[in-house]
Amino acid sequence: MTQQMDIKARLTPLDRPNSYVGRALSRLGARRAVAGRATYTDDMSLPRMLHAAFVRSPHAHARILRIDTDAAQRAPGVVRVMTGAEVAKMCTAPWVGTLTCFPGMKSAPQYPMAVDRACWQGEPAAIVLAQTRALAEDAAELVEIEWRPLPAVTEKETALDRSTPVLHPQLGDNLAFRKLIDTGGVDAAFAAADFVIEGTFNFGRHTAVSLEPRAILADYNKPTQLLTIHTSSQVPHMIRTVFARTLGVPEHNVRVVAPDVGGSFGLKIHTFGDEIAATAAAIALGRPVKFIADRIESFISDIHARENRIAARMAVSKAGEIQALEIDVLSGAGAYSQFPRTSVFEANQILNITGGPYKHRHYRGKATVVYLNKVPTSQYRAVGHPIGNSVGEALVDWAAEKTGLDPIQIRRRNVMADDSYPRITAAGIKVADMSHQRCIDVLVERMNYAALRTEQARLREQGIHRGIGIAAFIKGTAPGPKGYYGVGGAPIASQDACTIKLEPGGGIICAVGVTEQGQGVDTVMGQIAASVLGVPIEQVRVISGDTDATPYGGGTYASRATAIGGEAVFQAAHELRSEILSLAGTLLQAPPSALDLLDGHVVDNGSTTSRISLAEIARIGHFQVGELPNSVQPILSVTRRYRLLEDLYIFTNGIHGAYVELDPDTGFIRLLKHWVVEDCGRVINPQLADEQVRGGCVQGLGGALYEHCIYDEEGQLVNASMADYLTPMAAEMPDIEVAHVQTHTSVSELGAKGVGESGTGAAPAVVMNAVNDALRPFGAHVTTQPMTPEVILEALGKV
Amino acid sequence: MSLEEELTVSMTVNGESITASVPVRQHLVDFLRTELGLTGSHIGCEHGICGACSVRVDGVVVRGCLMLAVQADGCDVVTIEGLTDAGEIADLQANFVERNALQCGYCTPGMLMTAAELLKQGKAMSRDDIRTFLSGNYCRCTGYHAIVDAVEATLQARFA
Amino acid sequence: MKAPRFSYVRPQSLDHVVALLAEHGDDARILAGGQSLMPVLNMRLAQPRLLIDINRIDALNGISLTGGCVRIGALARHAEVMSSPVIAQSLPLIAEAMPHVAHVAVRNRGTFGGSIALADPSAELPACILALEASIVVESVRGRRTIPAADFFRGLYETARSADELLIEVRIPEQRRDRVSVFMELSRRQGDFAIAGLACYARCERGGMSEARLVYFGSEVKPTLARRAMAAVNGNAWSPAVSEAACSALADDLDPIDNTFGRPATKLHLQRVLTRRALAAAMERARVQ
Repeated sequence: MTQQMDIKARLTPLDRPNSYVGRALSRLGARRAVAGRATYTDDMSLPRMLHAAFVRSPHAHARILRIDTDAAQRAPGVVRVMTGAEVAKMCTAPWVGTLTCFPGMKSAPQYPMAVDRACWQGEPAAIVLAQTRALAEDAAELVEIEWRPLPAVTEKETALDRSTPVLHPQLGDNLAFRKLIDTGGVDAAFAAADFVIEGTFNFGRHTAVSLEPRAILADYNKPTQLLTIHTSSQVPHMIRTVFARTLGVPEHNVRVVAPDVGGSFGLKIHTFGDEIAATAAAIALGRPVKFIADRIESFISDIHARENRIAARMAVSKAGEIQALEIDVLSGAGAYSQFPRTSVFEANQILNITGGPYKHRHYRGKATVVYLNKVPTSQYRAVGHPIGNSVGEALVDWAAEKTGLDPIQIRRRNVMADDSYPRITAAGIKVADMSHQRCIDVLVERMNYAALRTEQARLREQGIHRGIGIAAFIKGTAPGPKGYYGVGGAPIASQDACTIKLEPGGGIICAVGVTEQGQGVDTVMGQIAASVLGVPIEQVRVISGDTDATPYGGGTYASRATAIGGEAVFQAAHELRSEILSLAGTLLQAPPSALDLLDGHVVDNGSTTSRISLAEIARIGHFQVGELPNSVQPILSVTRRYRLLEDLYIFTNGIHGAYVELDPDTGFIRLLKHWVVEDCGRVINPQLADEQVRGGCVQGLGGALYEHCIYDEEGQLVNASMADYLTPMAAEMPDIEVAHVQTHTSVSELGAKGVGESGTGAAPAVVMNAVNDALRPFGAHVTTQPMTPEVILEALGKV
Repeated sequence: MSLEEELTVSMTVNGESITASVPVRQHLVDFLRTELGLTGSHIGCEHGICGACSVRVDGVVVRGCLMLAVQADGCDVVTIEGLTDAGEIADLQANFVERNALQCGYCTPGMLMTAAELLKQGKAMSRDDIRTFLSGNYCRCTGYHAIVDAVEATLQARFA
Repeated sequence: MKAPRFSYVRPQSLDHVVALLAEHGDDARILAGGQSLMPVLNMRLAQPRLLIDINRIDALNGISLTGGCVRIGALARHAEVMSSPVIAQSLPLIAEAMPHVAHVAVRNRGTFGGSIALADPSAELPACILALEASIVVESVRGRRTIPAADFFRGLYETARSADELLIEVRIPEQRRDRVSVFMELSRRQGDFAIAGLACYARCERGGMSEARLVYFGSEVKPTLARRAMAAVNGNAWSPAVSEAACSALADDLDPIDNTFGRPATKLHLQRVLTRRALAAAMERARVQ
C-alpha cells in the first residue's frame, strides 16, 4: 500500500455537497444521551443475573493468614463466595506486566485477587455473588480474613534504599525499570553555559474519576461455552484476547461489547483483576455476573498515574538559546506493573517529550520507576505529557527571566522551524509536519498578548496580581507497531481496520475497530466514509464496540482513532468506491474514470444528473446479479487495515496560553481565560476536535490545581471520596478558546493526526507558568502540583 | 422472595401512578432504575457530590441517591425520560446536541435536570451565574464551556 | 456503596418521634433532608437500627418573624431560607451565607435543623447562629428546652442535644439596625466545605467597633467565638493596627485542624486574611448604612 498518493485527486473538494471533511456535524449519540436513552453497562440486565461485591484489603501490605467465607456464604441472597486462591486456579497463568520494548523491566506475577498476600490498600481478596449489590455488600462484611500487616513501601524517594523492605522479594529490589537517554556532550554544555536554570518538580498522584465507573456484565453460556462480556471499555478486542487467554476460554468463543461508555480517559484501556474475578465467577456459576465498581472502591482500584518527582536543569546562553537539557525522573508506580500495558510508560514518555518543541541537541534523560504498596499505575490521558511539559516549559520561562527575554520571544528563538522537518529531536524522536512557529503567531494574535501584558502591568500597580502563562508542546499520538505495543506479543493492536459495505437498500455500513466514548469517533468515521462515497451522512451507519460485528482493532487509546481508524475507513471507502464505479461502468457502458459519486448517485464527472443510484447498484449487486456479465462478481464489502510503518507515533504540536489572577493573601487562583492553538493535522469535525481540546484542558487544569490521591505513611489513601478528591467543577473553570493550524501528516492520505489528549498534556504546564508569572513580583515560584493555596502560600513565605 | 424489610409506596413517576413494594434501604435512583427501568438517571458517586443522579421531586431538583425510595411515597417524581416526553426542555436539549454540550452523556441527564431548574428562574443569566448554578454537576468530558454555551443560548432565546 | 439494613418509620406527630427517640436513643437516626445522613449510610460509616423520617411533621416547617425573633423550623429547607424575604430582611448574615451552602439540589432537600444538629465543622449555619446568639429548641419525652447557641456546639459533631431529643426549631433575634454583619468563607470550589470562614456581627459606630462577635468555622472542630480577637477589636477606634491585634490574638482563640486541606498554620493564616477583610467590610457597611 503506497502512502505517497496524490491527495487532491482522491479527496472530495469542500464545495461538494457530500464532503463532510472539515464540517461540524452533530452526533447521533448525543441525541439519545440528552433524552436519557443511552445504554451503559449498568443499564443492562440478564436473566438470573448476580451482583458482585468485593472484600478488599484494608492494609497497604499484609499477609492473608486465614480466610473464612462460611458466614458470608450463608448470608441472605448469597449464591457464592470465592477467594483469591479459587479464582487463581481458574487462570491459565498469572499476569506479568512487562513488555520487551522496555529492556530490563521486571514485575512480579499477579493474580486477579490477592492469594496469600495483599500489596495495596484496595486489592481485592474475595468476591461475593448475590441477588443484589446490597446483599452482596452485607455478606462481604461477614467474610473473615485474618491479616498480618507487613511493612509498606510508600515513599518513592526511599524505595531503593537498602533499609527499605523489598515489596516483591523475588525481584530483589523495588526497581521496576530504569532508562537513560544521553546524546553525549551534556556535561560540557552545562559547564560552558552562560546560565544554568534548575529546579525540582513534584507531581501528585491522580486517578481518572470517569463519571461512569468501571463496569462489566459477564455471561458464560455453559452448554455452548460461549462467553459474552458487556463492559465499559475503550478496547473491546483487547479485553477479548486478554480475558480469553487468562481464563482459558478460546478467543473465538468470546464476544465483548462496549455499549455506551460513560467516560474513559485511558482508565478503560486497562484490565483489572476484579473484572477477571467477576468473569471467572460467571464461568464457574454459568450465570451472568454484573460488577459495577462503586465510587469509593474506584479510588482504590482504578489505575493511578502522575506520581513523579523530576530534578531538571537547562543550560541557556545569554542570547536565550537552549543548549542542553537534563532531567532525572523518579516515578512512583504501584504494587504491580499493570498488565498488559505496564506501569513504566509514563516515565518513558516524560523522557521522550520534555523540551520536545525545541532545537537543542544535548539532552540527558534518566528515569527510575519504583514499586510502592499503592494502587497500580498505568496510562491515563496524556501519559507523561502533563509532567514533561510542566517541567520543560517552566524551565523555558525561567530561562526567559534570566536572559531578559519575553516568554514568547524565547520560544520563538528556540522552537524547531516550521520548514525544518522531518528531523530528530534531542530525545531521539522522529518528528515531522509540525508548525510551532505558526502556532506561536496564532496564539499571540488570539490572546492579544501585548494588550494582556499591558493590562497585567497596569493592574499590578493597583495591587491586582495577574499571571500570563505560555506553554508549547509536542504530543505523541496514534502509535505504530514498531515502538511499544504489540512487541513481545502484547495483545495490543496498533493497526486498525474498517469493513465497509454497501447494503442492498443503498445504505453504507461502516464497521470499525476503533471505539466511541462520546468524543465523536463514530461521527468522524461516518463523515470520512460519506465524503469518499459521495453519500448523505444519513446513508451511513457506523458500527463500533462489538467484537462480533467489527474487524479486529486496537480500540481507542493514545489519540489514535481518527488518525489510524480514520485512515482505515478512508482507504476502505476508496476501495468500495472503486468497485461501485466499476459496477456502474459495466452497467452504464462507461469508463469508471468518467464517473463520480454525488448525493448517493452515480453521475458523469462534473454533472449533477443521476445516471444510476447507489441503491440500484446495490440491488443489482446483491439480488439481480444476472444483469452483470458472469466475469463480474460483486462483493460490495471491503476490509482495509492501516498502521504506521516506521514511526513510533504521529507527533502533533501546539501551544497554550493562560491568564490567571492570584490572591497573594489567600493563595487562591482564579482562571480567567485559556487559549489553545493546536495542530492535529487535517481536522475532520472542527467542533468535535475543539471539544476534545476543551475537555482535555479542564482535565489537566484539575490535575494542576486540585486533584491529588493523598497517601499517609501507612499506605492508606486518605481522601478516597469525591468530597475530598477534588475534581474541576463548572464554577472554577475558564472559557477556552481553540484555534487550529492544519499541517497534514505525511504518513497517511487523510492527513489527520490525534487530538484527544493534548489539552490535558499542556494545560498543567501553562497554568503553572501563569501562576509563576503572577508570583514573579514576589520573588516566589512553585514547582509542585497540585498548586493548592497552601503550596502557593508556602512559596510566598506566608506559612 | 423478600430478603429484607420492604414497604409499599405509591408515587407519580413521569405522570404515571406507580405502586410498588420497595426495600426500605433502597435509594430513589436505584428504585427508578431497577424497578421501573428508568435508566436515564445515573449513579456516579452515591454520596451526593457528582449530580449524575439528579431527578425532580415535587417540582425541585434533588440528589436521587440521597433520598430513599420510601421517602418518595406520595411524591411527584420526574426523570429525564419524563422531562423529554413532556417537551419541557426540548430547546435546551436541541442546543446541547447542536453545541455538542455532552460527550459520553453520563452526566447529561443530571445536568439537564439542574439546567431545567435554572430555566425555571425565568430570566437571562451571566455565564458566571450559569456556572455557579451548575456547580454541583460534575462533567469530566466537556470541561463545561460547551454546556454553558448551550444553556446561555437557550436562556437568550427564551428570555432576551 | 449500598446502605446497610435498617428499619424505617415515618411518624406523623412530634409525640411519636420523641417516643421513638426515647425508646431507641443512639440506635436511631433522624432522617430530615438526608443530605448528610444518606452519604454516611451509603458509605456504611454508620449502621443505625432505625431511621425516623420526620419529613411529614408539619409543626417543624416554617419561617416566621414574631416579636423581634425569627423562628426557623427544623425542616425549613435551605432553598426556602435562601429565598425567604423574612431572612433577607431580618437576618442578612444568614442570607449572605446561604449561597455558600452546597449546591442547588442539596439546598432543595437539606434542612436548617439538620445542619445545626449535625454541626459539621465546615458548615456555615452553626457559625451564623452562634454569631447571632440564637437559641435552639429541642424536645423529648421530658418536654421542651431551649439551649443557647453558646452552649450548643460542644465539639466535633458534638452538640448539647441528647440522643433522645429532637431539634424543633431555631430562634434567632432579628439583626439590630445598629449592627452590621459580614459573612466570608474560603473554599476550594463553589459549594465545597469551607477551609476557613468567619461570621461577623458587630456594632460599628463613631469609627470603632463594639459588641463585635467573631465566629470562626471551617478550620476548627466547632464554630468558635474568638474572644481574644473580639477583645482586641471591641471598644477601640478602628485602625489597621486594631485589625492586626485581632489577627494576632486569633492564635490563642483558634486551634485549627490538620487535614488534607491544609496545615494548622495555613488555616490560621487564612482566618487572619478573612479577619482583615471582614472587619474592613464591616466598617464599610456601617459607613454606608
